[in-house]
Amino acid sequence: MAANPGQRREGASASRARLGDRYRAWRDHHSLSAADSLRRVLDNPASSILTWLVIGIAMALPAALGIALDNARAVSGSWDSPAQISLFLKADIDEQQAQDLRLTLADRGDVGSAQLVPRDAALAEFAELSGFADVVASLDDNPLPHLVLVEPASGVDPAVLREAFAALPEVDQAVLDMAWVQRLNNIMELSRRLVLALGGVLVLGVVLILGNTIRLAIESRREEIVIVKLVGGSNAFVRRPFLYTGLWYGVGGGLFAALLVLVALLFLDGPVSRLASLYQSGFELQGIGLIGSLQLILLGGLLGLAGAWLAVSRHLGAIEPR
Amino acid sequence: MIQFERVSKRYEEGHDALREISLEIARDDLVFLTGHSGAGKSTLLRLIMLMDRPTRGKVRIDGRDLATIGSRGIPAHRRNIGVVFQNHQLLFDRSVFDNVALPLVIAGYDQREIGRRVRAALDKVGLLARERALPITLSGGEQQRVGIARAVVGRPRILLADEPTGNLDPALSAEIMALFEAFNQVGVTVLIASHDLALISRLQHRIITLRDGQLVGGAA
Ligand SMILES: Nc1ncnc2c1ncn2[C@@H]1O[C@H](COP(=O)(O)OP(=O)(O)OP(=O)(O)O)[C@@H](O)[C@H]1O
Ligand SMILES: [Mg+2]
Repeated sequence: MAANPGQRREGASASRARLGDRYRAWRDHHSLSAADSLRRVLDNPASSILTWLVIGIAMALPAALGIALDNARAVSGSWDSPAQISLFLKADIDEQQAQDLRLTLADRGDVGSAQLVPRDAALAEFAELSGFADVVASLDDNPLPHLVLVEPASGVDPAVLREAFAALPEVDQAVLDMAWVQRLNNIMELSRRLVLALGGVLVLGVVLILGNTIRLAIESRREEIVIVKLVGGSNAFVRRPFLYTGLWYGVGGGLFAALLVLVALLFLDGPVSRLASLYQSGFELQGIGLIGSLQLILLGGLLGLAGAWLAVSRHLGAIEPR
Repeated sequence: MIQFERVSKRYEEGHDALREISLEIARDDLVFLTGHSGAGKSTLLRLIMLMDRPTRGKVRIDGRDLATIGSRGIPAHRRNIGVVFQNHQLLFDRSVFDNVALPLVIAGYDQREIGRRVRAALDKVGLLARERALPITLSGGEQQRVGIARAVVGRPRILLADEPTGNLDPALSAEIMALFEAFNQVGVTVLIASHDLALISRLQHRIITLRDGQLVGGAA
């Protein structure tokens, strides 16, 4: 036998092509499979569009909710730091000492502003607001302490600050008014988790839908798979076109999802900016953006591959020439 | 080239399709395999293709025990063997050219080489002019010849055929057999399962006969 590789290829061994050729052929088969799968997907526009829409809706839902949440966070973040610490001073602190304390506190770096509410002013305000003016007037003594209202500087943890103030000798009680902030944060966190959970469920749904679509594609090409395996097609070779089919369904679904989110945002943009201008807010709806859209499409592609892989690994092995 | 050593095949239902078959087919030989329907002809071919494994005994190809080939090795094994099976034959949504090219695409030949070899194979079976046709537009005999072209296009050392003339008239059947003889002439070992005793006894080749899974003639 000749050692010359050019001649060896002419030899009797049927299965062996040269390594470089094999690499090129492998690459060719990838592009061939990709193109062939795309053609098959596009050849059935009605069912393909339906699949894309189902996947698009399933992906758009959590994506849109996530965006809504981001916007809500941006709105709440734009409000002035809502935490306020009320320092009720000890009864033996007179107004001058209270004023001194206010000044010291206001000078601290971790304090945004400090305001003194003298006990008399507090009583007057209470009398006015409560409607118990007569009762208050009949009091011999003012039972209220001086009050210093402190707003933490931005970025300072109000709870830590409250601890520090509670230890001050002049302070009787330090109360953090942030129950509602906490509630808002809790709601945000809860919503975030709900969106994540919903997203997880829908992602699973997308994978299963695609898996089923690919299963049907496999079923409809059973005869062809048998023939390919009979003439020596490896599992990878048989698998490839179906993986590409999954990829195309997924990418198309991701594209539809991005479009749906975009349309929904366009729909909401007008009303939101009118609302924002009513409140003299410069707030603008944050969209999904180019990166976000690309991420959706990429995610769709990955889910498509995952679904196809699921179907292929479960169903291709069972199809053998008989 | 092909050796069976006391090979038995029992299907799950407990039916013995092959019993203690021992035979040897020499390199470059052309052998017919015959016997009544259900005698085990297809089963014997399926063992060579690794579409099934023997219950007992050894099958060797070129000295290699097929039991040593795992499921990952099956595709490569099949690429070395050309097959013409009566059922599951052609891809009806692909052209004649694409059907014949399939084994080469799988084996990873480049486009030019594929074109050259496919045309050579189609030329040998007399269908060069129909390369663009869809199989559905061909006659039964022509379809069978496309199947043969696909089986030989990878230049396998072994060619198996199961009832290749099953539903063809005598003249066409003789033509197909002549094709197999021609491939055998250029060094391919050929094993053909066939009922058509009248036809195969006219051709001067060894005939292996099976009856109820047992060898009754031609073991040599
Ligand atoms: N997959 C299978 N499961 C169970 N029994 C089978 C299977 N395949 C074949 N058999 C049985 O094994 C025996 C041999 O079958 P085989 O197909 O090898 O016969 P054959 O000689 O090719 O017959 P024919 O000439 O009709 O094609 C038959 O009795 C058949 O019923
Ligand atoms: Mg048979």
